[in-house]
Amino acid sequence: MAIIEVENLVKRYAGRAVLNGVSFAVEPGEIFGILGPNGAGKTTTVECVEGLRAPDGGTVRVCGLDPQHDGGQLPQVLGVQLQQSELPDKLTVREALELYSSFYRRPADWRELAEILRLTDRFGTQFRRLSGGQKQRLSIALALLGTPRVAVLDELTTGLDPQARRDVWGLIERIRDRGVTILLVTHFMEEAERLCDRLAVIDTGRVVAIDTPDGLVSRIRSAQRIRFRPSAPLDVAELAALPEVESVERVGEQLVVTGDGELLLAVTTVLTARRIAALDLRVEQHSLEDAFVALTGRTAES
Amino acid sequence: MSPLFRLTVAETRLFLREPVVVFFALAFAPILLAVLGLIPSMRAANPELGGVRPIVFYLPIVVAMGIALFALSGLTQLLAGYREKGVLRRLRTTPVGPRVLLGAQLLMATALSLATLLVLLVVGRLAFDVHLPRLLPAFLLCHLLVAASMFALGLLVAALAPNGRSAAAVGSLLFFPLMFFAGLWLPRARMNGVLLTISDLTPLGAGVQSLQDATAGHWPHPIHLLALLAWTTVAGGLAARYFRWE
Repeated sequence: MAIIEVENLVKRYAGRAVLNGVSFAVEPGEIFGILGPNGAGKTTTVECVEGLRAPDGGTVRVCGLDPQHDGGQLPQVLGVQLQQSELPDKLTVREALELYSSFYRRPADWRELAEILRLTDRFGTQFRRLSGGQKQRLSIALALLGTPRVAVLDELTTGLDPQARRDVWGLIERIRDRGVTILLVTHFMEEAERLCDRLAVIDTGRVVAIDTPDGLVSRIRSAQRIRFRPSAPLDVAELAALPEVESVERVGEQLVVTGDGELLLAVTTVLTARRIAALDLRVEQHSLEDAFVALTGRTAES
Repeated sequence: MSPLFRLTVAETRLFLREPVVVFFALAFAPILLAVLGLIPSMRAANPELGGVRPIVFYLPIVVAMGIALFALSGLTQLLAGYREKGVLRRLRTTPVGPRVLLGAQLLMATALSLATLLVLLVVGRLAFDVHLPRLLPAFLLCHLLVAASMFALGLLVAALAPNGRSAAAVGSLLFFPLMFFAGLWLPRARMNGVLLTISDLTPLGAGVQSLQDATAGHWPHPIHLLALLAWTTVAGGLAARYFRWE
């Protein structure tokens, strides 16, 4: 049974529909991503899940609870990391962890969480003196303090440097391994690709696709592309004559071959027969980014 | 430990880490009392006041002012600031409800106002030979009532003000008339009938009179206690009603 069920969610701001019938279901133990361009309705969707916004239509259930009517119970099972949230400037990390764990019926061991999140050397540091990454890690710790069954993480690596981002990703996987279902909002393709078991792509208030990252990528069928520098002069026409090849282009010393099917095998067979090596060979695969652009007609950053 | 207790402790610690706020809320009143006490005529028996020294009368006014400063500047800006910064938004996603949050603020403010009161009584007693309230239980009860009514008013201002800045503006706008009716510039004894009636119904007018009565050894007039209770209930109820997380 799904642990989060969202059906036909509608939300309007000042008469303008921001969500237009969003539906998806998250299974227990999944990392479920919500991917979409800025302004697509990702944050509004999760705010309805968190009970921070009342939907104008549709239903939301989290562990069987209705966030609008069972709001008192929800925080015991749902941990939330908000996109923008703050703690009092002068609250220390230790105080924040102790304080927030007193709010829950079954608090997690905050020392252990702090260890996982590498906050132990910052216990005495006031919130205002934490770096962006440390604030983010503290925020994740606070979201997990109540031993929630579901954690909603909204744009959790925005503003982090690449190393910190990778650290947080590793961390999210460890949290999932503890049995927490994760709803992850993101507009980073790499993040979605690396972390999510399944993804809902949202655009202009609608779900345009729900699939695994690989599934989304395989939906787009367009040319593959191979780039290489031949070690000896090569008759381009011979490559172009191959049935798998669509086009051959010369870019400086390099050849760019596009086509489909077993393109790489066909090209390397010709090269091997001519005793020509393919130097600096690169096969460009479709990424989630390509799939995303194909689905929404724009990039995530736009 | 209960969330209410934990939150109260955390809020108190945070409060004490803001030196400027602490000064205005806690030290300002004792300093004012000391300044008043240094004026010779304040310490001399005054026939107009039935032979009582004015400093004895002023102590309850200074107590009321300390509470008012705390309620209308410290507390309002704290809460409005939390809302502006998103601290309340973060709390909203936890099991802590507005009642626990407001309750913790009230408890902290009350505990700290009792600390200020203690300092005022000690300074008054040791420096200016002001006798301790003759009816101490009544005095403490009245102090709690004045504190509750003013803090409720402060929370109401915080609930209604759109941001920290306007909360501060509304707070100081309320401060001066309330202090006027408390008798800071014109003692209640010299107010005419209309002013006195208004004063009786304001939290600080009713509060100062009750504290002065308890100091002199009388139980306060029920009308003053009722006025304080009414302010607490109405302002507190409205503050909870109009409370906004964001």
